[in-house]
Amino acid sequence: MSGPLYLAWRYLAFHRWKTAVLVTALSLILFIPVGLRVLVRQSSEQLTARADATPLLVGAPGSPTELVLNSLYFGSDVPTPLSFAEAEDVAATGMATPIPLYVRFRVRDQPIVGTTPEYFALRGLRVANGRLPATLGEAVLGAAAARTLDVAVGGHVISSPESVFDIAGVYPLRMQVTGVLAPSDTPDDQAVFVDIKTAWVIEGLGHGHQDLSRPEAAAGVLSREGNVVIGNAAVVQYNEITADNIDSFHFHGDPGAFPVTAVIAVPDDEKASALLQGRYQESTSVQIVRPDEVMSDLLGTVFTVERYVLAGALIVGLATLATALLVFLLSLRQRRGERETLGRIGGSPGSIRFLMGSEILLVLLVAIGIAGLLTLLASRYGSTAASAIAGL
Amino acid sequence: MIELRDLAFSYPDSDFGLSITRLEIAAGTTTAFIGPSGSGKTTLLNLVAGILQPDTGTVRTNGTLVTDLPDRARRAFRVAEIGLVFQEFELLEYLTVLDNILLPYRINPVLKLKPEIEERAETLAARVGIADKLRRRPRQLSQGERQRVAVCRAVITDPPLLLTDEPTGNLDPLNRETVLDILFDYVRDAGTTLVAVTHDHEILERFESVVDFRSFHDMGSGSETEEGPAR
Repeated sequence: MSGPLYLAWRYLAFHRWKTAVLVTALSLILFIPVGLRVLVRQSSEQLTARADATPLLVGAPGSPTELVLNSLYFGSDVPTPLSFAEAEDVAATGMATPIPLYVRFRVRDQPIVGTTPEYFALRGLRVANGRLPATLGEAVLGAAAARTLDVAVGGHVISSPESVFDIAGVYPLRMQVTGVLAPSDTPDDQAVFVDIKTAWVIEGLGHGHQDLSRPEAAAGVLSREGNVVIGNAAVVQYNEITADNIDSFHFHGDPGAFPVTAVIAVPDDEKASALLQGRYQESTSVQIVRPDEVMSDLLGTVFTVERYVLAGALIVGLATLATALLVFLLSLRQRRGERETLGRIGGSPGSIRFLMGSEILLVLLVAIGIAGLLTLLASRYGSTAASAIAGL
Repeated sequence: MIELRDLAFSYPDSDFGLSITRLEIAAGTTTAFIGPSGSGKTTLLNLVAGILQPDTGTVRTNGTLVTDLPDRARRAFRVAEIGLVFQEFELLEYLTVLDNILLPYRINPVLKLKPEIEERAETLAARVGIADKLRRRPRQLSQGERQRVAVCRAVITDPPLLLTDEPTGNLDPLNRETVLDILFDYVRDAGTTLVAVTHDHEILERFESVVDFRSFHDMGSGSETEEGPAR
């Protein structure tokens, strides 16, 4: 290290607290606008990419934003459900392929996405290990979900109760993990995918229990009138679907009335898309939205906020820079004697200027380095953190 | 050998003026500059060191006409030929004792800091009794120890001329004697020329010659002298 640079380093190290405050302040004023911009741009690109890849979304009337955030990013706010019959109606138009979604339940913090195999094709999801769910009670995990839940193929996951106080609510269902998806860097990585019917079992619309016609189930029989057998509370209900008990699982009611949170409609072409949107335009029972438009509106608001924040950061940044400059100038003034000493023992004006300048330069370089590191971290983990904070 | 001829110096916007027709100090000798405050002792020291340039006249040190040198060459000359010790020590608080001693090598690009220089710094420190304090900061030292560090810094380049400005002005009697012993031992062993500005008449006996600045003023501008009156 050259002499003046060494002296500058020693000075900064000796005044470490002053240096730390300066570096921190400068790092932050550099990082906040740059990091914010990177974060917003990256998040918006991710959000937009997913929205662009989702042609149309059919949901119950309500907030389009909530519908899109739940259906595309598995946000925790559950939109008003609509009936599965709407998916069948979309199919009946012959203009689009419906992909029902039921995103309501969770395995701990991971969303359970009840859907159909077409979803995996739409998203281009690939199984890295194992296979997709084939029967009721099977699940395939996103890469991050498998890591978070620490479950591999052959393991099990259990749906979480929605509320510990809701004893009449949904039963936890133990599901077998048949596959783990390859990472996709999308919210799908965080999800636990099950067949839509499995989601309905979690909902309690379908269940399995002892066969009351068998002698060993006699304790569970409340009354028997001809072919009608009424069970009592002692009937054993299954909380896991296995090869042995799968035949006992059945649904009560009309599947067409069963709930879904949204239906992704994949139109055959542009014309079909336009026609489909026109068909639902006047509907009061369902809404159809283009996720890209919804996200564009939402991001427009985000960008406006970003501009305000950047303007604020700029003002704060200028004030901080002015303060830092004042600190440097006061320090230079205070060290006049030191400069004179250095000059008298032979230091050239250039060397002395280089020494003082190096101090400022070193502080700036370290601050730029830290700001760069923070920006790198923000670009790598920021959008994930932002999504987590936003509950997406 | 230091030779001053027809030297005149004044500060801008000041009544102060220094005028010396002739002054010679022999190489390898010890000389004290005495006189009242404001008589120009420190100014003359700075003129000899090439820190200040006279209005007229010449300063020749060890055969080099210092006053004719351009800034850069004068600085190089000072680095190579002169060691300076100040009353206020003027050590840098953010450096260790060792780094303070090596400071001329850190701030002058013409001086190359080599391992043997660091060894010399340690040897000098041992010689003045601060070998165990090389990693400390100046504020952790006593006044006398600080001045010893300043002496080491002044002689680290092994200059043939040592200029000291009130080297014992801030020291108690015990430390004063110690620092003077160190200075005089060093210049005797190294054959260095020592010029010291001082107010302290008790130490004048140690010097081979004394230049009394009152004589310049008594004699007035343009008076001629060959060294001050020696005591």
